[in-house]
Amino acid sequence: MANVSEHASHDMGMHTEQLEGRTQQVFFSATEEENLSQPFTYDVDFGREAEFDAREMASGEVNSKIKDLMKDGYGSITVRNPGAKHSVAVGILNRLNLVLDGSLGYFGCGLIDGPNIRITGRVGWSCAENMMAGTVVVEKNAGSTFGAAIRGGDLVCKGSVGARTGIDQKGGTIIVGGDTGAFSGFMMQRGRMIVLGNAGKNLGDSMYDGTIYIGGSIEDLGVDAVVAEMTPLDCEWLGRKLSLFGLEAPDGIENMTKIVSGKQLWNYDNLEPSEKKLIL
Amino acid sequence: MPNPKGIDHYLKSDGLDSDREKMIGQTIGYRYDVNLVPDYNQVTPYLKKYIDHMGWPDLNWLEDVHMGYEEGRAAVFDRNINGWVTVPEEIDLPDNQQERDMIARELLVKFQMSPNHPLVELRRAYGKFE
Repeated sequence: MANVSEHASHDMGMHTEQLEGRTQQVFFSATEEENLSQPFTYDVDFGREAEFDAREMASGEVNSKIKDLMKDGYGSITVRNPGAKHSVAVGILNRLNLVLDGSLGYFGCGLIDGPNIRITGRVGWSCAENMMAGTVVVEKNAGSTFGAAIRGGDLVCKGSVGARTGIDQKGGTIIVGGDTGAFSGFMMQRGRMIVLGNAGKNLGDSMYDGTIYIGGSIEDLGVDAVVAEMTPLDCEWLGRKLSLFGLEAPDGIENMTKIVSGKQLWNYDNLEPSEKKLIL
Repeated sequence: MPNPKGIDHYLKSDGLDSDREKMIGQTIGYRYDVNLVPDYNQVTPYLKKYIDHMGWPDLNWLEDVHMGYEEGRAAVFDRNINGWVTVPEEIDLPDNQQERDMIARELLVKFQMSPNHPLVELRRAYGKFE
C-alpha cells in the first residue's frame, strides 16, 4: 500500500482525512452466509397469483395495493387497466413478477430494485428511471428519457423510443427493438445500450464510459463518441441477451456498430482549481 | 483485457501510475475495463441460486460488478454503501479477470443480503416507510 506521506500532496496539506486505522469491522462471513434476499424485503412466492383492476384507482392506491399483496406473500401480480397513470409500480425493492396490462404514463416503474415487470402497452417519459435491478419489458413504444439514470438490470422496449434514451446511464442494459431518438446515451457513464433500429442525432454525446450497440443507421455521433471494434465476447453476449427477450438484430449481430467513449473529455488527471491554487 | 500492465498490477504495485496519481497519493479508478462482459461459464453455484431465486434469466445487475482494488487489496464496490468491500485474505484470487469478477459478484451479494449490512441499520434509523 502506498504511504501518502511520500507524496507531494502531504506537504501541500491536501490530506485532512486520517487514512490509517479506519474501521475493519467484519459485517458478514463470505464463506458461510447463504441469504438470498435482503432482510427488509417481503417473503413472496411466485406460485401465488393475484390480480386487480386499477381503472378507478389513483396511482398511490395502485402502488399501495401492490405492496399489500407482496406483504401477503403474493409473488405474481397482474394489474388490469393501469390507464396511463403516472408513477405506477415505483419503488418496488422486492423479487416479484408483475404484469401491467395496459399503458403507463410518466415515470412508470422508477426506482425499482429486483422485480420482473411486463407492460403490455406503451409507456410515457422516463420509464424505469433510476432502476437498480430486475427486468422491465415494454411490448410497444416508449417516450423520451427511457431508462434515465438506470443503474442496473435489463430494460427492454420492443418498439421505438423517444429522445435521450439512457441519459446519464450508470449501469444495466437498455434494449430497444426499434429506433431511438436524438441524444441517446447522453452522458452515459457505464452499462450497455442495444438499439436494433436506427439512432438519431448526437448518439453517445459526452459519454464517459459504457457501450452502445446499434443495428441500423446512425444519424451522427455526439462529442467524444467513437466507433469501436466488435469482439467475439461482444457478439456472444449480444446473441444471448437478445434471445432472452425474443429479439434479433435485423442485419446480424456481427454487423452491428459498437460505440464507446473516445475518452478525450476525461479530466481525471487534471488538477482541480483548488489544487492549482495550492501549487501556485 | 482488464489492464495492459497485468492482472495483479494493483496488488503488486502502489498503483500510482500517472503524475496526478503520484501527486495525490492514491489510485484514480477507471484504469481497468469496466465494460468487460461476463463469461457465463464461470457463474458460481451460489450466484446460480441467487439468479433463480430472483426469477431473472441471467446475472442482471451483477453484469456491472467487477473486482477492483483499494489500497493494494482486492475489493468490490458496493453501490448501496458507496464504499469498497475488501475481499478476505483467505480467498485465493484466480489468475483471470472473469473468475475474479464472479468472486466479486458472489461476495457483494452475500454482503448485501447479510442482516448486518449497514443499510439495514440505516433503514431502521431513517426509513420513512415500512
